[in-house]
Amino acid sequence: MRAKRPLRRPVKRKPAEMPSAPWEGSVPAALRERFGEAIETTQLLGGQRLAIVDIGAAAGILAMLKNERGFDYLVDVTAVHWPEKEKQFEITWILYSFASNDRVRVKAAVGEGAKAPSATSLYNSANWLEREVYDMFGIEFEDHPDLRRILMPDEWEGFPLRKEYGLIQQDADWVRENLKIESAQ
Amino acid sequence: MAATTLVPPPVQDDTFLDSNELVLNMGPQHPSTHGVLRVILKLDGETVLGADCVIGYLHRGVEKIAENRTYQQFAPYVDRMDYVAAVSNGLGYCLAVEKLLDVEIPPRAQAVRVILTELNRLASHLLWLGTHALDIGAITPVFLCFREREEVLSIFEKYCGARLTTHAFRIGGLQYETYDTFEKDCLAVCDLMQEKVKEYHDLLTGNRIWVRRTTGVGILNAADCKDYGVTGPVLRAAGVPWDLRKAQPYSGYEKYDFEIPTAKNGDTFDRYIVRMQEMEQSCRIIRQAVESIPEGPIKGKVGKVIKPPPGEAYVSIEAPKGELGYFVVSDGSLNPYRLRVRPPSFVNLGALDKMCRGTLVADVVAIIGTIDIVLGEVDR
Repeated sequence: MRAKRPLRRPVKRKPAEMPSAPWEGSVPAALRERFGEAIETTQLLGGQRLAIVDIGAAAGILAMLKNERGFDYLVDVTAVHWPEKEKQFEITWILYSFASNDRVRVKAAVGEGAKAPSATSLYNSANWLEREVYDMFGIEFEDHPDLRRILMPDEWEGFPLRKEYGLIQQDADWVRENLKIESAQ
Repeated sequence: MAATTLVPPPVQDDTFLDSNELVLNMGPQHPSTHGVLRVILKLDGETVLGADCVIGYLHRGVEKIAENRTYQQFAPYVDRMDYVAAVSNGLGYCLAVEKLLDVEIPPRAQAVRVILTELNRLASHLLWLGTHALDIGAITPVFLCFREREEVLSIFEKYCGARLTTHAFRIGGLQYETYDTFEKDCLAVCDLMQEKVKEYHDLLTGNRIWVRRTTGVGILNAADCKDYGVTGPVLRAAGVPWDLRKAQPYSGYEKYDFEIPTAKNGDTFDRYIVRMQEMEQSCRIIRQAVESIPEGPIKGKVGKVIKPPPGEAYVSIEAPKGELGYFVVSDGSLNPYRLRVRPPSFVNLGALDKMCRGTLVADVVAIIGTIDIVLGEVDR
């Protein structure tokens, strides 16, 4: 039997940083003027416009970007789970303006159990996108007209894209009851 | 068993006979839903009052899988989302990771990527045309479309060995150099398509049944398209000349001369015309790319271990169905911390209810076909 040799590990290098620059212009200036402290940073991360804001002001910011700055297309709503942070979830709205061909990301952190504002009154596309965020992360959106699960079965327990949810974890009771098998794995 | 007592049947509601509302369940096992889509229709006679989509039957948790695979390991999985246009999925994913890594792709690799992606657009539109026509009742086009699609798929097969889930691109460029007769094969497909698109026009465009079944059906105007986030041919058929290949060019699309086909009314017939013209434009791009394909390396400076710096990036491309976006969050480790796919099919399907209202049941089949959804991408 061959003796086990330790695997050669790649040399550990400090990871480089993504190029970041402050985002200047009329949009961030107007945001700061209107919302002041609620705008944490506005930056160009790798050349992409990003505004990190307070969740309380997010609804107003989206409304202003849509109605006054022409960001008439909500591309995506999504979330990221950071379990070790105080406010665990980061919600990202990606907006696009057909008139100026600009893309903006608005990001806000929300804690466990807290509600996020819904963009459904501004954009109809938010309906399904927010349902998916609710389905995968369990973040509830205030004033959403139809907040149901969308991809997972309605009675499923647990929110799959949270970090503590295991890769092969399943709702065993649901599987037994509905699929009539012991395990779906 | 306990003795049963006779229970009188419930008294029928007096309004029952007056109301004409009927709930009809369509799918998930239904051939014209293009997979496992379930639509619950509320009808008044033949007229649709509302449609509720039930999706998720094909949910495989692709975004969760991504968090448990390295960047290279995850690349083949993206092909399984929109399996009709796997090359576009691969391109979007590679571009997103390359954006995080900040690497430059050699021009030769970019040109080959454009050629393969446009070939895939042809294959995707051909499959759409065949099945859409079949749904509406024209049996012949599906055979013709599959015949031409075969030519495209055989190029993929010769290039990388796979026909559908190609995994043609690698992060940083390409894995394989093109084969000997690649350019010749591509030009042959363009010539063939030029001729065959005319044949499809002869079969369908002037066909009275086709025109009557598609004109004025499932209208979605430009304002509604933007409101519902609908992109791709559906948006262009509503008169908005918006194509990411022109608006925010990637992979060297700015070098090629092509037009964005648009239409006015935003109905099913207009979407058909737009997609037909797109096939011609794709051929135009392929010809230019093949003729100007530069020599040189096919892979950029990417290490064996892909470890992007902490950060996030959103990159989107014009897939055959619309805007396909990848939002990748890196925490500096070997796996993506979070990978979000912005699927065009999913968002476009969200407008189904709006498009169906007031139409007839038979038109729902036409409308599902005209949005051009792939359930693998809707459910991920």
